[in-house]
Amino acid sequence: MDLQTIIDKLELSLLTEEKDFSDIQIRSGYMSDLLSCVLTGAKPHSVWVTLIANINIVAVASLLEISAIIITEGAQVNQESINRANMEGVVLLSTEAGSFSVAGQLWDLGIKDRYA
Amino acid sequence: MSDPGNLSDSSAKRITRVEELAYELTIAEVMTRNPITLDINTSMREALDLIGKNKISGAPVTSNGKLIGILSTEDLIRSLRDGRIDRKVTVYMTQNLITIHEYDQVVEALKVFSKTKVGRLPVVDANNKLVGILTKGDISNGLLNALQRDLEAEELIRYRASHLFEDIVSDRTSLILRYAIKKDDFLHGGAASNRIKKALLRLGASKQIARKCGIAVYEAEMNLIIHTNHGGFLRVEVEQNKIVMEAYDDGPGIPDIEKAMTPGFSTASHEVRNMGFGAGMGLVNINNCVDEMIIKSSKEVGTNVYMIINLDKAATQD
Repeated sequence: MDLQTIIDKLELSLLTEEKDFSDIQIRSGYMSDLLSCVLTGAKPHSVWVTLIANINIVAVASLLEISAIIITEGAQVNQESINRANMEGVVLLSTEAGSFSVAGQLWDLGIKDRYA
Repeated sequence: MSDPGNLSDSSAKRITRVEELAYELTIAEVMTRNPITLDINTSMREALDLIGKNKISGAPVTSNGKLIGILSTEDLIRSLRDGRIDRKVTVYMTQNLITIHEYDQVVEALKVFSKTKVGRLPVVDANNKLVGILTKGDISNGLLNALQRDLEAEELIRYRASHLFEDIVSDRTSLILRYAIKKDDFLHGGAASNRIKKALLRLGASKQIARKCGIAVYEAEMNLIIHTNHGGFLRVEVEQNKIVMEAYDDGPGIPDIEKAMTPGFSTASHEVRNMGFGAGMGLVNINNCVDEMIIKSSKEVGTNVYMIINLDKAATQD
């Protein structure tokens, strides 16, 4: 599924710069707030759901080629993290919804955890 | 080839690669896109014309884009036998559809093909919209194309690596990358690991190897940022047959290495845990990514973590 559809269906706000999200195919999802778990669990071309909002998530996403991070519960992301994400090509998305609800909606859209 | 006992090493390797590819490739990569579809109002006669003209063995039946059935040549033969060639395709099509998701692995389709008698599978997206059709022939072609790409990639890698490691003659050639890591520098945490991963890809390492090295060295880098007195250094030595990554610092040392290796054990502060670290999985993750991990630590000298990935072994697994 393309990222634009996910942004639309989940009504996510975009924190990083605009680009053609219909061109970005999301193959799987992962949810955790522990970076070491993300390092082992998240797959390339995935979307990562977390409420961590500090700059470290950008480095982890870039390293693992995670396409987008959905930051939940309206956690505040500082400008430095957003700049870094733009530089590394990581898409940051924000929502007031909780991680559990976001993961459920992604699952309903067909984004599961197993497509490598 | 018929006697498995007589397989040569090279053909055994190739077969393993095909099996691996069945897990790596997704249906979307091998399926036929934009397949010829039949509308529910199509007659069997029109279907026969279409199928014959396009030299295909069947076609999905859709109603306003929604998949409702599939028509095979067997269904056409039945209608001819019954002399009812002017009936609608909906009368003869198969309705109990087995579909497959576009991002399922190819191996899932192989399972369906071996368990059932179907010759073609409609491929759907997350919204159950038809996006393609998959036959055993598509899978064979997809696997052959992927093997061809593998071969080309292998040649390219060999070409690139040869520039560094083969044209330069010495008794032992290696390339050393060094990075200084500052204590508490969370702002740049992961920057060195990212550079190391990119450098390895430039040098022709496979994506899998670069990813493993990236994860291992990231954990080591964050350990330097979080747990040391004054930060430390990352040193990566790339040779033709192995990559040795090393993290070293001047203290405070790990009092009990065995305990530090226990999954879930962490000495990270509350603040650091709030940033997403301190899962107690760092050294465990490193150990899982590399072929060999050696930790030397003392209060006086500090900690050295050696992480070794053997490329000869990796090459045969690749």
